[in-house]
Amino acid sequence: MREINANLITETVAKLCIEANCVLPCDIKARIEEARKAEPWPTAQGILDKIIENYGIAERNTVPICQDTGVCCVFLKIGQEVHITGDINEAVNEGVRRGYGEGYLRKSVVKDPLRRVNTGDNTPAMLYEEIFPGDKLEITVAPKGFGSENMSRIAMLKPSDGIEGVKAFILKTVEEAGPNPCPPVVVGVGIGGTFDKAAYLAKKALMRRTDEPNADPFYAELEAEMLGKINSLGIGPQGFGGKTTALAVNIEWMPTHIAGLPVAVNINCHVTRHKTVTL
Amino acid sequence: MERKITLPITRETARTIKSGESCLLSGVIYTARDAAHKRLVELVEKGKKLPFEIKDATIYYVGPTPAKPGQVIGSAGPTTSYRMDAYSPILIREGETGMIGKGKRSAEVVAAMKEYGAVYFAAIGGAGALLSSCIKSAEIVCYEDLGAEAVRRLVVEDLPVVAVIDSEGNNLYEKGRAEYLKTI
Repeated sequence: MREINANLITETVAKLCIEANCVLPCDIKARIEEARKAEPWPTAQGILDKIIENYGIAERNTVPICQDTGVCCVFLKIGQEVHITGDINEAVNEGVRRGYGEGYLRKSVVKDPLRRVNTGDNTPAMLYEEIFPGDKLEITVAPKGFGSENMSRIAMLKPSDGIEGVKAFILKTVEEAGPNPCPPVVVGVGIGGTFDKAAYLAKKALMRRTDEPNADPFYAELEAEMLGKINSLGIGPQGFGGKTTALAVNIEWMPTHIAGLPVAVNINCHVTRHKTVTL
Repeated sequence: MERKITLPITRETARTIKSGESCLLSGVIYTARDAAHKRLVELVEKGKKLPFEIKDATIYYVGPTPAKPGQVIGSAGPTTSYRMDAYSPILIREGETGMIGKGKRSAEVVAAMKEYGAVYFAAIGGAGALLSSCIKSAEIVCYEDLGAEAVRRLVVEDLPVVAVIDSEGNNLYEKGRAEYLKTI
């Protein structure tokens, strides 16, 4: 058994909240810069230049890349040999509270979806916990903006809809979102499982580096095909027209029921933020 | 070439701004998101005075991050506009001439823009650190309890925006995409 003190989790989460909000991951920067080089449409080139300038300012001055510093999604991969001293849920929330306070990040969480009073400290975090063999604890903090979250969709397709049904649903979701989720977007797709697992997989897909295609060549090919199709829609950066509508399509899948084909599409904006530390 | 516009925008000026024009706005704008819009419209419906002059006003849909020490305001990019669609036609009728946000608008908003003379601009979503540098002063006008969603009076200098929908209903989201697709 390895002991990890809850205070260490708090400190780590606080630090990750600030870093994730101010420093865009290298792979996303690389996708945006590649897209700028490949973009033939002048308006779109201008927008991508401003986006690149913006994340440079944010990183240099340690200010948030986007004012929507999101609801704080926290993924914990907990080794089954780890014993946490203290309350793990409270430790994470205290980390969010400190990170959002000390980092001058926006508090964007309401306590109740209908009565809508702000919690004032961006808690609670949206926690996703998975248990694995081993004695490590991996923490990923992913602030998720809601401009793109609101454009996400789920469908319980029929098995007979097959791969063509899945492709059509992904394309329809991005097309209907249009300019709303701040394109260029990153598209996370979850296929299979149950209603809720498909949505979880779609969110998890957004945590994967965009330069690492799916390990299964069948799904890697589907990712590449869908990226091509989305970038033929012509929506472009900010929806003003152009080639660059999406930076990447990441697909995660899992087994499902004989009667079902759940598909979830979780859209993220060009500020696809996440930062991971292993304790 | 960008068109420099000094605020406030009159209804007459609003009608001269065309969809697709890149503009640099300077002067006073007010911030409001959905929660503030709801309160403003409730005041209008009760026949009460609004907390700021709505005639010729431009409203920026933004909830900034808190200012760090030495900053005027934190990151301050636009939020998605359709959440204001239920309220905007009423504010346009009351005198609002400019809206700054991002994303699509409803047919009702466009109809009000055409009827009264108003323009819908987009600022670059997700470029809050960059846009923040155009904001020279910020003060809370009302609804402080809403935190980031409070109504603020901002003085901006050369705030870069693009006119997306003009007072004739022309829409860059449709036109820009169609023109790009013609080239491929």
